[in-house]
Amino acid sequence: MPNSDLAIHLEHVSRYYSMGESSVRAVDDVSISIPEGQFLALLGSSGSGKSTLLNLIAGLDGVTSGLILARGQNLAELSPLELARYRRNTIGMVFQSFNLLPRMTLEENIELPLRLAEVERAERAGRVREALQRVRLTHRLGHRPTELSGGEQQRVAIARALVNRPKILLADEPTGNLDSATGEAILALLRDLQQQLGMTIVMVTHERPLAERFANRLVTMGDGKLLPAAASPKGLA
Amino acid sequence: MKPRDLTDLALRNLREAILRNTLTTLGVAVGVASLVAMLSLGVGLQQLASKRLSQSGLFDTIVVTPKNNFRGMGRPQREPQSDKPSRALDDDARKEIEKLANVIEVYPQVRFFTEVRFNDKPLATVVAGMPDSSRNSGSFDGMQGSFFSSPTANEAILQIEFAKDLSDKPASLVGQDVVLRYAERQALPANNSGAASSDGSGGGFSVVPKELRLKIVGIVETEPAQGYGGYGNARLLIPLQTAATLRAAQVNDLRDIVRDSAANKTVYASLSVRAKSPSQVEAIETSIKNMGFAAFSLLDASKSLRTFFSVFDSLLGIFGSLALAVSTLGIVNTLVMAILERRREIGVLKALGATDSDVKKLFFVEAGVMGFCGGIFGVLFGWLLGRAITIGTNLYLKRQNLNPIELSSVTWWLILAALVFGVLVSLAAGLYPASRAAKLNPVDALRYE
Repeated sequence: MPNSDLAIHLEHVSRYYSMGESSVRAVDDVSISIPEGQFLALLGSSGSGKSTLLNLIAGLDGVTSGLILARGQNLAELSPLELARYRRNTIGMVFQSFNLLPRMTLEENIELPLRLAEVERAERAGRVREALQRVRLTHRLGHRPTELSGGEQQRVAIARALVNRPKILLADEPTGNLDSATGEAILALLRDLQQQLGMTIVMVTHERPLAERFANRLVTMGDGKLLPAAASPKGLA
Repeated sequence: MKPRDLTDLALRNLREAILRNTLTTLGVAVGVASLVAMLSLGVGLQQLASKRLSQSGLFDTIVVTPKNNFRGMGRPQREPQSDKPSRALDDDARKEIEKLANVIEVYPQVRFFTEVRFNDKPLATVVAGMPDSSRNSGSFDGMQGSFFSSPTANEAILQIEFAKDLSDKPASLVGQDVVLRYAERQALPANNSGAASSDGSGGGFSVVPKELRLKIVGIVETEPAQGYGGYGNARLLIPLQTAATLRAAQVNDLRDIVRDSAANKTVYASLSVRAKSPSQVEAIETSIKNMGFAAFSLLDASKSLRTFFSVFDSLLGIFGSLALAVSTLGIVNTLVMAILERRREIGVLKALGATDSDVKKLFFVEAGVMGFCGGIFGVLFGWLLGRAITIGTNLYLKRQNLNPIELSSVTWWLILAALVFGVLVSLAAGLYPASRAAKLNPVDALRYE
């Protein structure tokens, strides 16, 4: 039985895709436990299965076999409606390409999860402002994403992920589209949030030096499997 | 998501592709407009026909005659009459009928053959007495000249065809005099048998030729005293009270003189009973039949007319709907394109916690908004189209020296039905795209470039 202090617990998780008559093992028998409040960096080369694993934890994709417990909830047992609620309230997601809706202002982009969660209108403005304060971007409220730099857009995306006050933040290559200085600033921001809010962060990245500086724990994937600590370049796992 | 948020998002999405969505909405508008124009023409024609027929007084009038009246001879009975014994159609019966619910007027039909002289030219025709209430029945709307100045005036209104027989320039007849030659009944002294005449005298009547000079006050194009229930079309109309005082011999007088059942009472050849509305005619007709009289109305003809227009409207509706059916393809196309363009956005929405139902509703609302806006514009365009057709038709009628008509009619129920239909059709068109958007795999959608 997994420890109740675990934010995420994976047991023999596999995800296979059919490609014609053959089968691709994107995630292959992965087991890992992530305690509450940990900042975990998931490293690996392209196609190693780290983004697929993140999607499985986000409930965007379903496992072929194995068990995923997120704050005690078995994702396989959740209905589509409950999975949507889980994505809305328990986790926040940040993407490499920001995925802000270009026709909406920053305020509207950040308000979107609040609309989905049916938060009262009167409460929304305060929550949006609070999220923007956390990413230090309150002065750009009425701007559209295209009017912002890449780093600013990613900070908005982080604010949007935070607005529903999730316990787990899943970040898929959050620095992938940013220059190194901006990427560093974003990771510093994530670490601050993790420390201030006690959030659990799972971040997929291929930038080992940055991950080593900001994450509490590094895990490396290769061919869909978790590589043993000894196999990791710096032995972190 | 709450309905208001859904609507906000849908409107925002529609605004983003304003040109494409406006064109799609215009497609719906054209579809609804064609439907509204077609149906408004159907409704307008139905109202026109009903108005013309109701102006003739046929649909709210019941003609009551005694049973076994010789006018029924040789004419097939429309339905079995009541089994009640035959009664005389006298003043008692008239009062009894007047007391029936929803009866607004009971008056005798005074109609007789006569000879009319105008500029020494004799013409045979039928004269009918018109009650003063017919002034407001609509039958005399648009007439040349005016209605009778009083219920007892020695004045005449000519039916246009009769006026044409009298003069090449019918309008010039107004203000001129015609001479009416008719047969007046004069009571004979009572005989020993005590048999009664139709005018209450005891011993029959003699017939004396008489003349009456009448001033022509108007010419009417409708046929306010059509032959229904009478002996043919009356083409010269005089006030009912004037007609009654003439004591002109009528066809039924001979029948009444050979009967001795109605001693010392006025017996009518027939009575016209006007109901408050055509819908009450059937009940009144049944009551009168149960009283022992024969009663006729054109209710069945009215029903046939309604059936005809129902079929006519349905056909027009089907043709009108074709354009709307085409416009639904536009909605499907627009929304499917929107799914392709917004694939990544749908993935983001799902990653942020939108349910399949939220995504489906979003596309539904977009389709519904296009349908509603298209419906509003469609009703407006349809109304304008109907007006244009009416104006065009009336220009043509004016050139033909005919009276203008109201050809199309956009009623409140047509507006409501068009809006509801536009929205429903648009929602049906949105079914497939909405369902397809809801089923998008969020992982694939997020990868989409």
